[in-house]
This record gives sequence, C-alpha cells and structure tokens, in this order.
Amino acid sequence: MSGFDFHGLTASFNGERVIGPLSLHVNEGEHVALVGQSGAGKSTLIRLLYDRLESEASLIPQGLGLVNALPVFHNVFMGQLDRHPGWYNALTLIRPFRRDRDTIKALLKELEISEKQWIPAAALSGGQRQRVAIARAIYRQAPVLLADEPISALDGPMAHLVMKTLTNRFSTSIIALHDVDMALRYCNRIIGIQDGQIALDEAASSLVASDIMSLY
Amino acid sequence: MFSYPTVRASFIFLAIALGGLLVADIAITTANPWQDLGRFFLGVATPNFFSTEGLMTALLRTVAFAFVGVTIGSLAGFLLALGYRFLPVRIFCAFIRSIHELFWALIFLQFFGFHPLTGVLAIAIPYSGIFAKVYSEIFEESDPEPGRLLPPGTGSMSAFLYARIPDCWEQIRTYTSYRLECGLRSSAILGFVGLPTLGFYLESSFSQGMYSDAGAMLILFYILIATLPLWVRPKLLPFYILAAPFFLGDGFPIVWGNVERFFTEDIIPAPLRDGEGLAGLSAWFGDVMVTEALPGIWNTIVLTQIALVATGIISLLAFPLISNHFGGPVRRTSGHVLLVIARSTPEYILAYILLQLWGPSMLPAVVALALHNGGIIGHLIGRQTNTIRLRPDAPIGFTRYSWELVPRVYRSFLAFLFYRWEIIMRETAILGILGIYTLGFYVDSAIQNIRFDRAMVLILITALLNIGVDALGRYIRRKLALQTMQTC
Repeated sequence: MSGFDFHGLTASFNGERVIGPLSLHVNEGEHVALVGQSGAGKSTLIRLLYDRLESEASLIPQGLGLVNALPVFHNVFMGQLDRHPGWYNALTLIRPFRRDRDTIKALLKELEISEKQWIPAAALSGGQRQRVAIARAIYRQAPVLLADEPISALDGPMAHLVMKTLTNRFSTSIIALHDVDMALRYCNRIIGIQDGQIALDEAASSLVASDIMSLY
Repeated sequence: MFSYPTVRASFIFLAIALGGLLVADIAITTANPWQDLGRFFLGVATPNFFSTEGLMTALLRTVAFAFVGVTIGSLAGFLLALGYRFLPVRIFCAFIRSIHELFWALIFLQFFGFHPLTGVLAIAIPYSGIFAKVYSEIFEESDPEPGRLLPPGTGSMSAFLYARIPDCWEQIRTYTSYRLECGLRSSAILGFVGLPTLGFYLESSFSQGMYSDAGAMLILFYILIATLPLWVRPKLLPFYILAAPFFLGDGFPIVWGNVERFFTEDIIPAPLRDGEGLAGLSAWFGDVMVTEALPGIWNTIVLTQIALVATGIISLLAFPLISNHFGGPVRRTSGHVLLVIARSTPEYILAYILLQLWGPSMLPAVVALALHNGGIIGHLIGRQTNTIRLRPDAPIGFTRYSWELVPRVYRSFLAFLFYRWEIIMRETAILGILGIYTLGFYVDSAIQNIRFDRAMVLILITALLNIGVDALGRYIRRKLALQTMQTC
C-alpha cells in the first residue's frame, strides 16, 4: 500500500522525552488532523515528520517563517526557489517575470489577499501573514502538507476557505489543529496526541466532538 | 557591595589605573598653558572661513577619501563575512583590523608615496576587517527559519539572497552608514601623516598659530558630521560613490621601483640583509625588544589603563547631561551639543590640540581619549536611561542618579567600556606619533630613521597587543555576562 511510514519517532528537550517513541503510517489521500492539549507535542511531531519527509512536504510552521522585509510576492515565490537557476531568482528579486506574477497573483486571489501582493510581510496583520505562509506552502507544490495550526489567526469564513483550499490542493496532509469541529469537518482521520504518545487514532466519520474532548 | 562581580572588576581596574598614575608621566610642561587654551577657544569663537582656499579642498578630499575607503572596505568586508566561519579568514580579519589606519598609511606611504591609493587603502583595509566581523554577526543573528523552510535543492546564492540578506539589510545599512561617520574621522586624521585631508591643514594652521583658521576647520567638520543624515541619502549614495574617486586629488605618481625595494629590501631585518645569519638576527631582535618594544608596550599599557578608567568616569558623569530624568530642555540640548562635539572630534585631533597647548606628556593623551570615548559611551548610556520608566514617587537629584539609574545601566556601561578597551589601546599606540612614548612613537621614529624592518616588527607587536586585549575584553565580558553592541 502506498503512503508514508514513520518508525521510531522520538524527541527530547533538555533530557526530557517529549515525543514517542511512536510509529505512524499515513496513506496517500489521507487528511490527518493532529489534536491534543497545547504542550502535548503536536508541533514537535510536525517538525519530526518534516525532517523525515523533507523534499516531499510543504511546511507551514506556527512561527510562519516569513521574511519580513520582502513583499508578499517574494515570500510566496520562495516556495519554488529550487526550480530556477540563481540568476533567474536574483532577477526576480529586482523585477519578477510576468509568468510568476500571474501564477502567484491567482493563488493570492484564491486566498483573498491579492491586493497585498507588493506589501512587505512586516506590514501585514496576523491573519494576512498566515495566508502568505499558506500560499507559499501551496506554491511549493509538494505532495504532502505539514501544517501547524494554519488557521489560528483566521476568522470563521476565512478559516473555512483556507481549510477547503488546503485539503483540495494537497492530496495528503497532516495538520495540527486545536479546533475540533474544523478537524472533523475537513480531515478524514483524527490522531489525538497526549504526553507525546498517540492516544486516539480513528477515522473522522466514526467520531463526534465529545469523543475528542476527553483528550483536553 | 563587593559581592557583585561587576563592582569587584570595576575596583580592580580602578586600582590598576591609580597604580599607573604613580608611574606615568603626567605633567603640563608649557609655560602658559591656560593662556594658550584661551587663545585657542577665542580662535574657535572667531572662526575664519576665508583665509585659505585650501580649506574647502581639504574638506572635499576628506569626504572623498572617506567614501572611497568605506565603500571598498564594506564590499571587501561583505565578501570576507561570507567566509567568516573559516578560522583562517577570522584570523586574517582580526589581524588587519588590529592595525590602526594611521599605521597602514605610514606603511603605504613608504612605497606608494603621496598617491591617493595610500589614503584609500589605509581606510579600506582595517575597515574591511571590522565590516567582516560585524556583518557576520548580523548574519548570524538573522532569523534562520525562512532558510530552513526553503525547498531542498535551492542554490546557496538564491537562499542567501532571499532568506538572509533582506532580513539583515536594515541593520547592515544602519551599521554601514554609521561606519561612514567613523570613516570621515579616520580620513580627517590621515592628514596628520601628510595626506591632503583636514588634519594636514589643521596641523599647519596650528603650527603657525592661526587659531581662527583651525577653529573654522573644526566647526566645518562638526557641521559635516552633524548633517550627515541630511546629505547622505540612499538615492544620492550611488552618485557620491561614483563621484568620490575623482575628488581624491592627484598626489604623486607611484614609483614601482620603491614598491619592489620595500618588499625585497627595506622590510627584511637588517642582519639578514647584511648576511649576518640567525645569530645576528637574534641579537638584532633582542635590541629592538629591549630598547623600543618593551618601553613602548609598557607605556602603551599604562596609558591605556588610565585612559580606560578615565573614560568610564567621564561616561558616568556625562550621561545625565542628555538623560530625560534630569534637568530641563535647555540643559539637555546643551548636553547633546557637548557630547556630539566630544564624540565627533577624533581623539587624535583632541590629543594633538591639547599637546600643543600643554606640552608633551601622557596627560593630553589621557584627557583626549577620555573625552572622546566618554562622549560616545555617555551618549549611548544616556539614550538608554531615556527608555527607563521610574515609579512616579522615585527620588530626584543625586539619589535618583545613584540609586535608580546607575545600578540599572551599570552592566551595559561596563559592556561598552570593555568593548572599547581594544579601541582605546589601538588609539593609545597611535598617539605615540604625536610624541608620547607609546608604541607609535617608536614606530614613527624607526620610519624617520629609514629603519622599516624595525617599524614592521613594532607594528606587528602592536597588532598582537591589540588582539590580546580584544580577547581579554571578550573574556571579561563573557565572565561578567555582559551584553554588547558594536560601536566604533
């Protein structure tokens, strides 16, 4: 069966075990939501998975990792720096090519921030910054999405829009979420993390919100 | 109170400085020092801007040398910063920045002569070492996350251009423009060894007793530095950089025979040149050490330690002048003016002026170093106190100073002071050229006597001394857990 196998995932912080050891198999086409209390180890697990997958995954970390001094366009463009030669990237920094401008503009439009395309990331609000990081992850076009609380700064309709876009654009995704309803609605598998271990692993269709609340 | 390591360290340094005062040569040797000082201030109060047409040319040359030198220095420093994680690069940078601009000028004068290249390289070489260090520190402090998120396979140049440079750009820009101000000071003092910048005209006006001319030059220099943000605009910068090389003047052509002779004969130790072999070399080296290096090192260290503590005292006395916690707007404005003058006058020029007025001894050097460096640290600390919010019923006056403010800023004060330790030592060595018996004096006299081999050995010793003090300063800062920031 095709998919992604992770064995012996562990992480320690200051000599204290925060994750695992745990193993995990994710099938292609699955949208996995990681749920659990803050501090349960969700972010660490996302990092570990990213280290394992690297070239196959787009990552949206909690800190977003935007370059504040660069405009939105360039922050998104960074998702494909590996596909162009150095001179092309250097020229793009000064004057972007038409083709890339159009692609990124369309992507930003989908996320409803196309009017901010040339504004430095530093000048954006929290929710706008989050959508820039999301656009960058989509633009990278990796087969798997790893996202750590990608909708934490977005309000209702926007959060739904983003979750819909992400699950459409990526065939496989692993998303840490604290919003249980969102997790049930957009993901088809729920993994609950407690004290660095998997405490729950079920198909979303077989769960209701109260089943998950026991983790909190 | 002595249980605090910072306080203990302070008193140890104070004791060393007091011990230094006992052995140092501190005296006023001129017959009428106060009358001369009065005439000098009268000259500053009645500046004469029109006596020589040379003044404007000197000003222009000063700016041109600063621009060309700092531009080349920052470009070379940027390239060196890229390789700063390699130990040989770090050692190379530490070495070139430990030799003062004036020493570099003295070296290049011997083979390039009074060619503009001498002045340009004298600024560009030590500055590239400093730029490399600071730029690499700025790169290190930038946010590593965007770089980690780049798709694997991204070229290292693309990664650097996107994930590193934009994040650091503002800091690099600020530091480089700040360094330009230092470059103007360096450029001005290059005149003291004969290059056509302000120092040259200052020296000739002084030697002829034309204090009003000297005063005019100093005032123009302050205006130049104070208005720097007004005329150095990002949009105008390319224009300045392209134009500056054309305003360096012609100087004299380079005699390439001199260049060759300098490297193949002049700097080869005399015994080797005369075929006396290793025995002759060790006797020669022993002679240099005993008659020149050791007295020079001793005087340099004594003067540095006294000047360091004097700088500290001046800083602590000066910071209330610009602090929001004391006095009214009038006093703060005049305080700002005073500190701007103190920190924008190169210590070399201050020492030169005081030496003319008080005669040769260590006193003018100590006062000059303390005023200049104290002005810089006092300014930084004063600005820092302005960010401190005291409770509404906090005491006022001296109690506020001693109980509320000094304890809060003392650690950063010490950090700045230990950071400037190495700078003070570099300056102390160079002040020898003015006739104080520090290392610069022996370097200068060796050059006067056309003994470049000796001069090179002494310059190397000075460089090693600076590297040593820099390392010691960093060790103490780490030991006392002091945070630092770059100053020049």
